[in-house]
Amino acid sequence: MIKVSDLSKNYGSVEAVKSISFDLLDGEIIGFLGANGAGKTTTLKMMTGYLIPTEGSVKVNDLDIIDDIHEIQKQIGYLPELNPLYTEMRVYEYLEFLATIRDISGRDFKDALARVVEQCGLRGVVHKTISDCSKGYKQRIGLAAAMIHDPKILILDEPVTGLDPNQIVEIRELIKSLGKEKLVFMSSHILQEIEATVDRIIIINKGQIVANGTSSELMSSSKGNVLLHMDVKGATKDSIEHVQAKLPSVRFVSFEETDGLQNIQFEYGKDKDPREDLFKYAVKNKWKILKMNPHTTNLEDIFRNLTMEDNADA
Amino acid sequence: MRNVSTICKRELGGFFNSPMAYIFLVIFAIVNGYFFTNTFFLFGQSDLRVLFDIVPLVYLFFIPAVSMGLIARENNLGTMEIMSTMPINTYEFVLGKFLAASSLILLGLVATSIHLFTLISVGTNVDYGAIFSGYLGLALMGGTYAAIGTYASSVTENQVVAFIIGVFIVLVFFMLDKTLVFVPRSIAGFIQFLAVDYHLSNISRGVIDSRNLVYFFSMIGFFIFLAIRTLEMKRWK
Repeated sequence: MIKVSDLSKNYGSVEAVKSISFDLLDGEIIGFLGANGAGKTTTLKMMTGYLIPTEGSVKVNDLDIIDDIHEIQKQIGYLPELNPLYTEMRVYEYLEFLATIRDISGRDFKDALARVVEQCGLRGVVHKTISDCSKGYKQRIGLAAAMIHDPKILILDEPVTGLDPNQIVEIRELIKSLGKEKLVFMSSHILQEIEATVDRIIIINKGQIVANGTSSELMSSSKGNVLLHMDVKGATKDSIEHVQAKLPSVRFVSFEETDGLQNIQFEYGKDKDPREDLFKYAVKNKWKILKMNPHTTNLEDIFRNLTMEDNADA
Repeated sequence: MRNVSTICKRELGGFFNSPMAYIFLVIFAIVNGYFFTNTFFLFGQSDLRVLFDIVPLVYLFFIPAVSMGLIARENNLGTMEIMSTMPINTYEFVLGKFLAASSLILLGLVATSIHLFTLISVGTNVDYGAIFSGYLGLALMGGTYAAIGTYASSVTENQVVAFIIGVFIVLVFFMLDKTLVFVPRSIAGFIQFLAVDYHLSNISRGVIDSRNLVYFFSMIGFFIFLAIRTLEMKRWK
């Protein structure tokens, strides 16, 4: 279990992380979400002992990141942002080097190597020089390096950045299977990736936590408006703008006309669906409906809302 | 200590996996060999003094070049972050790096002993004591420069910058001895004591005085300490 309390980090006069607190439980996969520059990487660097916090504390199983740093580092596997590797080494040499520092040698190293090669799908490249491996393989080598000592906690900074869709699915499956027995804390600025993999989401914006919960919790707590896209023909501007007066639950958002096709957007509350009334209204006004497409608020909108509102404040 | 040797071995492996080590050893041998054999048969002296005079000059640029990548490259690649989040102390990391550079330099130095065999086969009355102390002096000087290079490499992530800083610091200590005429007599003794050449020439003459040894070891210790501090300060930034 990891307990982060009132953690802050200042770079000179810039406050990168402002007094954030959260708990991470064993066996949980937690996504750490935020726009670029929100403070994700800084937080992870403090949790792994790379940076010293300006204020606050990180406790891993009751060990303190300042006092017991090596004890904590033994329990954590960390994949830094951009996945740095000693590219001139061969894959097994690199893993052996890390294992030696972590006190794993001989028979134990052979077992550990077999385990990570199996888990990360490295069979074909073990004897290759790292610089000759593809980007997808490099990412898996980074992951294997983080797992060589079979840590209870994995901290992954943007683990799927730069991978192609197939590789993303593979890494996602790997993380999911690891999450069954480990605490996995992964950061990302890509929502779909987080949504599909994690049990819980923590959203950080401008150095502060703005949301913390499962994806369904986050969805139900959001404002929950539905945006309705309609393509119609034969609607007059008057009749479109008149909708709001006739149907109070519908709010007019935008209107655009291209080649005789009217593209209209309405908004309505999640609880009352006015589509039937809207259809009747359209028929009465001789609109020909070509498309009606409700767009429910999803995590992406929540993310955008949470991070945009704050931007407006700043 | 096991971590120190692990780091050192990896770094040496890195040297020999890239052209770096081979270029260093070959050019080091050619330059020293050229200047040594150029004059060797003219003087008819049974010693290696010419070699011992030329190596310090070659060191001036070679050692900063060997050590420029030690830490700067890790800063640049981001592998520093991996090393910093492993259960390893900063001093073990820096010592391992320093020892790797020193080992390569020693290897270059050992290669020059080929000239010793030339000497033994053609010379008479070879003074083995002087040759031993000459090599000892060069080894200590190499270590001192390697420590300076390690420090220079820790302050930046740009290897070229590390090289320039390294050459500059090395040059300062190398030139101190030559500036004595320009400094007031009251501090001349102190300046002379800081000069690396002064201690080298003492040892090369065959006088292995503890003051000279203390000088070299404190220089090495001082710059390694600076490198460790530089790396630790980065975590507080």
